Amino acid sequence: MTNLTSTDFEPICHAQEIQGISRPSLSYWRDAWIRLKANKRAISSLFLVIGLLLFTIVGPVIWNVDPALQDLDQVGQPPGGGRLAVIVNEYEPWDGESEAKGSGLRLAENATTMAVRLNWDNLSGAIGYRIYRNIFPVGPERAYGIPLAEYFDNSVLYFEDRLDLKPRRYYYSVVPIDATGVLLDGYQTISVDVLRVTTLGEVESQGLSAANINLIIGDSVNLAPHPLGTDYLGRDMLARLMAGARVSLFIGIGAPCLFILFGIVYGSIAGFLGGRIDQIMMRFADFVVALPFLLFMILFKIAFGIGPGESGIFPMLVALVILMWPATARLVRGQILQIREQGYIGASRLLGAKTNYLILRHMLPNTLGVVLVTITFAIPGAIFIEAFLSFIGMGVAPPTPSWGSMSNEGIKNMLTSPHELILPAILISVTVLAFNLLGDGLRDALDARLRNQE
Amino acid sequence: MFLFGLKRLLQGVVTVWFIATATFFAMHNVPGDPLLNERAGSEAIKANLESKYGLDQPLSTQYFIYLRNLSRGDFGISFTQENREVNDIIREHFPVSAILGILAIVFAATGGVLFGALTALYRNRLPDYIIMILVILGISVPSFVIAAMSQLMLVGINNMAGSTILPVAGWGTILHMLVPALVLGLGTMAYLTRLMRSSMLEIIGSDYIRTARSKGVPPSRIFAKHQLRNAILPVVTVLGPSIAAITTGGFVVELVFAIPGLGRYFVQAVQQLDYTVIMGTTVFYGAFLVFMVILVDILYGFIDPRVRLEK
Repeated sequence: MTNLTSTDFEPICHAQEIQGISRPSLSYWRDAWIRLKANKRAISSLFLVIGLLLFTIVGPVIWNVDPALQDLDQVGQPPGGGRLAVIVNEYEPWDGESEAKGSGLRLAENATTMAVRLNWDNLSGAIGYRIYRNIFPVGPERAYGIPLAEYFDNSVLYFEDRLDLKPRRYYYSVVPIDATGVLLDGYQTISVDVLRVTTLGEVESQGLSAANINLIIGDSVNLAPHPLGTDYLGRDMLARLMAGARVSLFIGIGAPCLFILFGIVYGSIAGFLGGRIDQIMMRFADFVVALPFLLFMILFKIAFGIGPGESGIFPMLVALVILMWPATARLVRGQILQIREQGYIGASRLLGAKTNYLILRHMLPNTLGVVLVTITFAIPGAIFIEAFLSFIGMGVAPPTPSWGSMSNEGIKNMLTSPHELILPAILISVTVLAFNLLGDGLRDALDARLRNQE
Repeated sequence: MFLFGLKRLLQGVVTVWFIATATFFAMHNVPGDPLLNERAGSEAIKANLESKYGLDQPLSTQYFIYLRNLSRGDFGISFTQENREVNDIIREHFPVSAILGILAIVFAATGGVLFGALTALYRNRLPDYIIMILVILGISVPSFVIAAMSQLMLVGINNMAGSTILPVAGWGTILHMLVPALVLGLGTMAYLTRLMRSSMLEIIGSDYIRTARSKGVPPSRIFAKHQLRNAILPVVTVLGPSIAAITTGGFVVELVFAIPGLGRYFVQAVQQLDYTVIMGTTVFYGAFLVFMVILVDILYGFIDPRVRLEK
């Protein structure tokens, strides 16, 4: 055995680090973003949401049409473009005289959207006449259509129809009646193809032609384009949908942001203070939850009152905030209670952290994920409620368009012009769907516990 | 169990008082004087109302008169219809809404449980995809659109058949109820389907199912006895709030299908500013919902022994 001296030893040096992190560390949010990006459904719905926001914000700049402007030449038109109209003279009253020869029920002159003028010959046994219009031929069941006029005088042998004429085929019938108004046999019917016309004055006031072209009677002009058609008052659907999107999304996004902010403040105060105050605050929240939601939405709307010329958006926002904050408050309180007991809070407190610092630096950021998911799920909920209330006529006051109130107007004309209902309905559905799928994706990405459950 | 029920009942009474108070003060803030309104009718009605509600008294007195009347179950007299009590209106129209709601709940619960179980059994196969797409549609499309579309479909079906198979609107026979109840229950059904699916998936992977399978229990018995019975519990939990959602959702369906229920009457009363009817209906609905939730809570205690032990 030899004696070992210190010179026989030398320190081992590590040529390389044995333990190290081979990949860059990921923050919570980066990790969540990577997960979200991998979720195709969530990403496509994210693009859909961005598209909707562009439609709302940039849309009105590109399609610069006043949503309240009425185009009376084109009322209730379906989507499509390139509608022509023939220019005719201004309307002049008619006394029933006509140069057109013929017998039976006949047109006195060409039928136009301005007026349809009819003449007929005296029918035997008639004390008077009733004139009907239908959009279907009169069949054996004698479906004459809408009664337009009634004369208890068999010398009146002409009628002028100016009621809501559309460029299409109508079937007019004249039916003889007796002295008490009972219909007699021997009706006459005629099919009439109505021509779309406009006048020089209209062309000028709507700016339909270039200034340097001189139009004369008999020329045809392109009417103002309405790519998505017009509603029952002749207002441009595309412009109204954009304006409606502004209202619907403003309420849909604004209200959740507000009530979630309130819920966070309320919930974190209750959760952090704990004890008796927490008990009282949460009991109050329970009461608010128990209020029948829709009834109180309506009640608050009446209580706020909508003055003339007001749109009613603000009362709806306030009512939503008053009634919807407790869910968030509960959630945040639960989170805070959970986090409060965590080791890192104790460690931080041990290092001398103040209460404010603890709340702002540790507690709130850690609840942010849950809150973000709540917001995305609250948005479709709020959009639904707005649509729902506007649909039953308790929401946004006309003429302000919102998707719900447009659906409400559309459902009345569902059979004749279905696009008035279908277009806003599709927009509501797509928006709600997009936010729901995005919420699913966010929840999967942000909340580790809920991951892989479905 | 009895104590738990009593405690929940007491909580319910306090909640109803809160609802009544909130209703009173919300309605008190409505701009305008109901008695100056031309709709309030003749001088006689005005005098009666003044004395009955003490409208010339201070607010606190009015509030106590209101609470006293409520505790007697007296909701007052309609402002727009002479000699008609709010109680009569509720008695006449609420059963219609209740029948519609019960039918909708039955549709939603059976449909939700069945479809949810099916999607879980056929996970990632065709039936799962089809049902889940329908569920997403059911959640995203507003009920009034579904109502309108189903009406259009009914018109089409009746036209094709040449006679009225299912009436498009109105109330009276069981045939009148089917489609509105289905439409009303659809949103809840979609929600319950999702819930049932995830709860079923959780159970399919659990140990006792594997044990049952390995000892040779037939699959149909496993499905009915082990999976369905356990997976159904979360569905029962949300049934209480679902009843609330369905009763309030009834507004639109009643409006579209022209059903003479309380929801439609409430909307009418709001449009006519019929104060007593609005207040009475709100408090009545609120109380109804609160006690329905309590009932479901108590029933849940019977179904799930774990809850009973906890209390």
